[in-house]
Amino acid sequence: MKKLMFGNEAIALSALHAGVTLGTGYPGTPSTEILEYFSEFGGKAQWCPNEKVALEVGIGVAFAGGNALVTMKHVGLNVASDPLFTVAYTGVEGALVIISADDPDMHSSQNEQDNRNYARSAGVMMLEPCDSQECYDFFWEAIRLSKEWKLPVILRPTTRVCHSMSIVEYDEKEYTPILPVKYNPDKPGRVMIPGYARPAHRRLREKLAKIKKWNETSNLNKEVIKSGKRGIITSGVSYLHVLEAEPGASVLKIGMCYPFPEEKVRNFVQKHEKCIVIEEGDPYLVENCRYYGIQVEEKPEMYRFGELNVNRVRRILRCDTSPEPPIKRGRPPRLCDGCPHRATFTLLGKMNCIVTGDIGCYTLSVLPPFQAMDSCVCMGASITVGLGLRHSLPPEEAKRVVSVIGDSTFIHSGIPGIVEMVYNPPATGHVVIVLDNNTTAMTGMQEHPGTGKKLSHEPTNQVVIEEVARAIGVENIVVTDRVSVLEKAIEEALVNNKTNLIVIRKTCALLRKKQQKSEVTQSVGEQSNAPTGCN
Amino acid sequence: MHQQDVINIVLAGIGGTGVILSSNIVAEAAFLAGYDVRKSEIHGMSQRGGSVSSDVRFGLKVYSPMVPDGEADFLVVMHPDEIENNLYRLKPVGVVIDTSLIIGESNDLSLLNEEKYLPVNQKNFNICLLGALSNYLDIPFDCWQKAIYSNLPKKVHEQNKGVFEYGMKLTEMVRAK
Repeated sequence: MKKLMFGNEAIALSALHAGVTLGTGYPGTPSTEILEYFSEFGGKAQWCPNEKVALEVGIGVAFAGGNALVTMKHVGLNVASDPLFTVAYTGVEGALVIISADDPDMHSSQNEQDNRNYARSAGVMMLEPCDSQECYDFFWEAIRLSKEWKLPVILRPTTRVCHSMSIVEYDEKEYTPILPVKYNPDKPGRVMIPGYARPAHRRLREKLAKIKKWNETSNLNKEVIKSGKRGIITSGVSYLHVLEAEPGASVLKIGMCYPFPEEKVRNFVQKHEKCIVIEEGDPYLVENCRYYGIQVEEKPEMYRFGELNVNRVRRILRCDTSPEPPIKRGRPPRLCDGCPHRATFTLLGKMNCIVTGDIGCYTLSVLPPFQAMDSCVCMGASITVGLGLRHSLPPEEAKRVVSVIGDSTFIHSGIPGIVEMVYNPPATGHVVIVLDNNTTAMTGMQEHPGTGKKLSHEPTNQVVIEEVARAIGVENIVVTDRVSVLEKAIEEALVNNKTNLIVIRKTCALLRKKQQKSEVTQSVGEQSNAPTGCN
Repeated sequence: MHQQDVINIVLAGIGGTGVILSSNIVAEAAFLAGYDVRKSEIHGMSQRGGSVSSDVRFGLKVYSPMVPDGEADFLVVMHPDEIENNLYRLKPVGVVIDTSLIIGESNDLSLLNEEKYLPVNQKNFNICLLGALSNYLDIPFDCWQKAIYSNLPKKVHEQNKGVFEYGMKLTEMVRAK
């Protein structure tokens, strides 16, 4: 079969063909569509409250002997890093493949961290695909490697791989998910008390040394020798830019960047007068070369920032460090017409509040005309950063602090913040406003535990935000869909010195439109299943 | 077509003007015509009214999924406000295809709903622009038709075929050349 498909689509199809038992994840650009496609293709997929939970469920699947797929964006792996570092020690029974979709240039992210560094520090194999074909092939290989070595594997596509289309050739395969029949216990292998963890760490390093040896000759790393004097070492989508920018160059493309294929690189470098490393983001490959004493040139520091492209690669190759033309970014995004968040931020601006914000569409309220947000760090940080401000500012200032958080973000990592608020209440109390638009809007309207619907939109048990807050012990709780009630509730909460949670519950304008549309198409017996991920 | 010949198309607009859908159709039509195809886009926040663009490249062999700045052969613009800030993508001899072909120099896309442009309207004009684009490209009509049909619901197939043909007439002289 030959088909034009997105990188995310190719990963999902490969997961289906590789017999993935269960796919778990939390929505995050550019990874979101993987689980949506997987579910659409007939695989079993579910959204989890956050990435840590998703990875831990995946670990369970793989402990049981199944094949687990766990998806997240790069910053999601920060949340899931706790289990990541230890599952490297325990290993797995079946297969565990984690997708870390990185976002160089921060098209839809708060930072552009390079998650290749995670592979090295956690001791987890990492594969870097450059296009949709490699997404398909490398995922397949990742499952195979995970099974063979009984270790987790990270597949690291980037935005330009996830959201680019190219041709994929594959064999039609029957989907047979790996369904384990019996639990094989391994207490010393899976209970990481110090006495068991010490040998586990040694086991991991011994395995990694063997895998490194295997990777020296693995076909994941591609070498093309041409007559040029200068060799280029590259990985991921940068490989494609290099082929276009310098068609005559010898190229070594690193497909498995951890464990690092030291000898492979050394041999390549020895065949050339000099070699330059073309890589996006941090100088990961360069640092590995230096560590092993391999002489290579690196890109100038200015190209660490943002994405690479053909023109930037050309500049690097001719050592051009003159200022680049500024990137034209066009019209910035804005809160939609009819978005329920608009009224809330107009209100907060009018009330002269100090607003600690969070991750979601509503982060756009920092832009004109609202300019009504004062901080946004990471998922869940609105509540806790707000508490810190309240603890340290003088009372008159502290009383202006309000935390705003979306419904999906509240479930993701807002709940521990509510616990903190109840456990260590500031002297002035605190005000948390939950902007509940009944969906994970920013990433393209995914369900979450608060919507009471599964990834497939089928009904399931619902987590009710105000009930959670009540059970934790928040003193004053208001739930409303009316701006006038909201205004009064905030006014009172700002002066009552209590712990307050105000839920403004109004469905996302885009979701309303989509629901109306699907009602219409369903009535004429048609339905589009294509994922509508946008961010 | 030579090995190194690659046709570069940049489609641009704002969220909700059909940029992504249109680029899916172009990419699929080129794929059906037997070319190597790559397409790349940033659709983060597109539905939040921000600028959105998509790069489609096809030829015998395509490498990078992104059209290098200044190398686009065609710039297809779905919203008049987005022409100016995308011109830097275009080759000096590149061609701009935009709504001025239908409604002349106006920023008011609601003009597209006027009866005289039927079957074109404000919802389907992007398909019309693809029709206009098609005269410049070596992609058979049946590939376009298949690509349009596979990207749109069945009940609007016939209508959009008509809209595409309307667009073809707008640039007929190109084909005649």
